[in-house]
Amino acid sequence: MGELLNFLSQNEVLIYLLLFTVLLGFEVISKVPSVLHTPLMSGANAISGIVILGAIILIRTTDPQDFFTLILASIALFIGSINVFGGFFVTNRMLEMFNKKKNK
Amino acid sequence: MDKILFLISAFLLVWGLRLQSDPASASKGNKFAAVGMLIALFSASIMPLENSSGNYLWILTPIVFSAVIGYIIAKKIQMTSMPQMVSIFNGLGGLSAVLLSYTEINKWILSPESYPGFVLVVLIVSLFIGSVAFTGSLLAFAKLDGYRWSEKLTLPFQHIINLILLFSIAFSSYLFIDSSGGYTFLYIIISISLIYGIFFVAPIGGADMPVVISLLNSFTGITAALTGVIFDNKVMLLGGILVGAAGTILTVLMCQAMNRSLLNVLVGGFSSSGSSSKSDEQGDIREISDSDFAVQLFYSQKVIIVPGYGLAVAQAQKLCKEIQEVLESNDVEVKYAIHPVAGRMPGHMNVLLAEADVDYSKLIELDEANENFKTTDVAVIIGANDVVNPDAIDDTSSPLYGMPILKVWESTSSVVLKRSMSAGYAGVQNPLFFKENNKMYFGDAKDSLQRLSTELKNL
Repeated sequence: MGELLNFLSQNEVLIYLLLFTVLLGFEVISKVPSVLHTPLMSGANAISGIVILGAIILIRTTDPQDFFTLILASIALFIGSINVFGGFFVTNRMLEMFNKKKNK
Repeated sequence: MDKILFLISAFLLVWGLRLQSDPASASKGNKFAAVGMLIALFSASIMPLENSSGNYLWILTPIVFSAVIGYIIAKKIQMTSMPQMVSIFNGLGGLSAVLLSYTEINKWILSPESYPGFVLVVLIVSLFIGSVAFTGSLLAFAKLDGYRWSEKLTLPFQHIINLILLFSIAFSSYLFIDSSGGYTFLYIIISISLIYGIFFVAPIGGADMPVVISLLNSFTGITAALTGVIFDNKVMLLGGILVGAAGTILTVLMCQAMNRSLLNVLVGGFSSSGSSSKSDEQGDIREISDSDFAVQLFYSQKVIIVPGYGLAVAQAQKLCKEIQEVLESNDVEVKYAIHPVAGRMPGHMNVLLAEADVDYSKLIELDEANENFKTTDVAVIIGANDVVNPDAIDDTSSPLYGMPILKVWESTSSVVLKRSMSAGYAGVQNPLFFKENNKMYFGDAKDSLQRLSTELKNL
């Protein structure tokens, strides 16, 4: 428990950030029309791939001889990046189709 | 330098998501977010780190390969398979988080003193949620893609089993930390978490998968945020929480469109035992012939098409557009009434029709459509069922009661294109089929529309 309290006080700013981001996330999405649910889901999914930043940091701080960690982290980076790149590309493809319609 | 870049990228991610909630700016929003992500990747690669040893080859190789693969998948994928693709991508995101947490935990086992205990708890939670998102998404994919074995399955005492699983994960986590890193406990945690993901999704029906994917997506967001705590990276934290919160809201919005609570969806959809009291009171149905149908449409003034799940599955949206053109050449006004949950997920039908080059202005939403039916000659319902079920308005015992629906029966006549008389996803009969002014046109949506299209062109 002491450890937890210690952690909380050390990361006060982080926790505020967390709270506000949750509110921000709710607020940003709350008025979206159902037309956009599918592209939004795919777009948000691409953003969740931000977890690969962790992989990059991990790889950079790993001893070059530690192949176990390097290989696992690279696989994580590879898999996560497919999520990111594929997600953004496909969302773009969907949304472009909407745009095309409106310009006519 | 890297701090400023991270700040810009965080701003772009938030602003991009904001723009994506408005149809006019959605495309720009997605590009903003993508640029934000690229900046974040770049700054994570250049930020100064203690004892950084480079290893850039290990970073660049996977990114280049996955960018190419991701691009190819995104280009080749059929728009109808969009829900499956999102669930696979989400599963990959989950797996990525699992691998990362595992690697970090492995580091802790080798040198326990470098991590405070609290971080370990965060790691294990991230491992758990990531695993659930991974296997859950894979099962959701299988259900969406229609694999037989993945059909709705409820074990006896499902909820108790789930609780036991959760408890065993918590207990093994305690043992794992207490024993300061026994691999056996770690593997037990991972295995049970993976199994839990399957059990979590198994009892939920295929038509509810979009809701589940959206929820699992917010899970992946939360894992990303937790991983951000471990790596002490604010952008990861922000992006992850943003997706977690947005995903949760999106999940709730989708449930609202179906007039159901999230709990109701998660517990396993419409209760199959709740047979409607009206189910035996049937009556006669009237079929319509190819030529009659074609003539009726051709000489109407206003036709509203109600596309549904069946149209999406049969991939008949292009034929639909063909018929629309033939009718319009004879001065028939054609509109599409889009129910909020039409297609395989909310908004999916809009994407499909957009792909078939249907003019955006021809699509009307629920409320506008319901005003329009009164002045409509023929309402054509293609592969939709529950969203046009009058029981939702006047039968309080129906499981659909209260769901907002399209009142197609208010038009002069309606024609339902359907494969058979079988019930819709909710498992209830549709009294619309027996109404005086309704006719049935049986067959697979694609074949039916093909027949109709040929007939129309012969007129």
